[in-house]
Order: sequence, then structure tokens, then C-alpha cells
Amino acid sequence: MLNGIPINFYIMLSAVLFIIGVVGVMARRNAIIIFMCIELMLNAVNLLLVAFSTLHNDASGQVFVFFIMAVAAAEVAVGLAILSMVYRNFKTIDIDLLSRLKN
Amino acid sequence: MLGYTITQWLFGILSFLAIMFALMVVFTRNPVNSVLYLVLTFFCIAGHYLLLNAQFLAVVHIVVYAGAIMVLFLFIIMLMNLNADTEPRKHIATRLIAGTIGGMLLFVMVGALKGSEQLQLVHGGSSQIGLVKNLGKVLFSEFLFPFEIASILLLAALVGAIMIGKRDTNINSKETN
Repeated sequence: MLNGIPINFYIMLSAVLFIIGVVGVMARRNAIIIFMCIELMLNAVNLLLVAFSTLHNDASGQVFVFFIMAVAAAEVAVGLAILSMVYRNFKTIDIDLLSRLKN
Repeated sequence: MLGYTITQWLFGILSFLAIMFALMVVFTRNPVNSVLYLVLTFFCIAGHYLLLNAQFLAVVHIVVYAGAIMVLFLFIIMLMNLNADTEPRKHIATRLIAGTIGGMLLFVMVGALKGSEQLQLVHGGSSQIGLVKNLGKVLFSEFLFPFEIASILLLAALVGAIMIGKRDTNINSKETN
């Protein structure tokens, strides 16, 4: 029990959030939405890390979440810069149209 | 209330809202609405952090995600002038396949979890580890080297984003000439 909540519920919640992110990546064509779904997946993992950190009474898991947040921020900054550059050159961010890379 | 404690009620409500808003992120056609639903999802996750006694992390989560990253997303979407009319849609078969794969993945994960017994919480002083004093001690003693590496990573991302986003003057000057 974890504050009266079993750890299994947190694992279920994280799995559902992660899979919503996976489905979003597969089902959408807008590259920005795909980035947002990746953020959703990262957050599902963060939530599980914090849950296990509280379960084991160990602060290391919460420190890992800090590092994941830093990496996510760096990833979003570079990714959105690339996307804005792509939009400037091709006038679209539809990944099915961008999949050819050339011409 | 029906044999559940207030924490359990809060967990249920926050989980329901988080999953609903996450679904809306995927199924809303307008990208601006998707960003706003994602912000609401992040607030629900911050509420979960509070329930888990990770108070400092909840505040940092709201500041970093809802305050910084989502504003960046919104800024880029408004810069590109995207809305529901310009939103490209995948073929219906592709979306059905994506939903099927997601459902099967969820089935596998739930099945893998089915046999595991419920873990027990180690009690004692657990409300203190999420405070900034304790986290700072761990971060600056045990994880000092990864912390410095993270700062270098952020610096590299900063320089890289500026270099990528900068208008390429050489190509433009060649085109005008």
C-alpha cells in the first residue's frame, strides 16, 4: 500500500498514459502533436519513477526525474528548432510528406 | 465515504482526469486545443506527485512543463498558423491499426502485471524525502557528476537550437545573387 494506494494502480496508470502516447505517435501526422505525445510518454515514466521512489523511500528516483526533465527540455528546444526550420523550407510539417527528405 | 479514504478518492479522480485529457490530446483535431489539453494532463500528473509526497517535484513539473515547454509548443503552433482546417489526417486504416497495436500493447502490459503480488510500502519518514532540502543533498552529493553533465547537455542544446533556428544567410545571399 502506498498512501492507501497499491503500487499496481500506479503501474496501470503509467502504462495507460504511455500507450496513449504510443497511439498518438502512430495515429497523427502533425509533427508537433507527435512531439507532444513523446512528452506524454516521458511523463508516464516520470510518474512511475516517483511512485517507486516513494515506495522504497529513496530520493534517487526523484533525482532521476530531474534529469529526465532536463533531457526533455533540451529535446524539445532542438526538435522545435528543427521543425520551424523544416516549416520554413517546405511550408508543411506533415510527416507523411516529409518522409522523403529529398525534394 | 464508501470505505475509501480521501487519498484514494483523489487518486481515482486525478487518474480519470489525466487519462481523459491525454485521450483528448490525441483525438482533438485542432493543435492549439491539443496543447491546452496536454497542459491539463500535466496539472493532473503534478497532483499525483503531491499525493506521492514529492512536493518540490510537483512545483518543478508545473514550472518546467506547463510554464516553459508548453508555451514553446504554443508559440511554434501559432507561428506556423496551424488549425483544424490545415490539420493533415492519416488514412482510416492506419488509425485503426494504430489503435489495435496500442490495445494489444496494453493487453500485454496488464497481462504481465496480473501475476505479480502487491508490493508493500516501507513505512517511516516517507513524507520528508520529497522536500527540497533532502533532494538537494542527494543531488549535490551522490549525483553531482550527472548534474554537471546535464548542464553541459542544456548548454549544447541551447547553442544547437540557436544554430539550427538561425536563418541560413549563405544560401539566401546565393539565391539573391
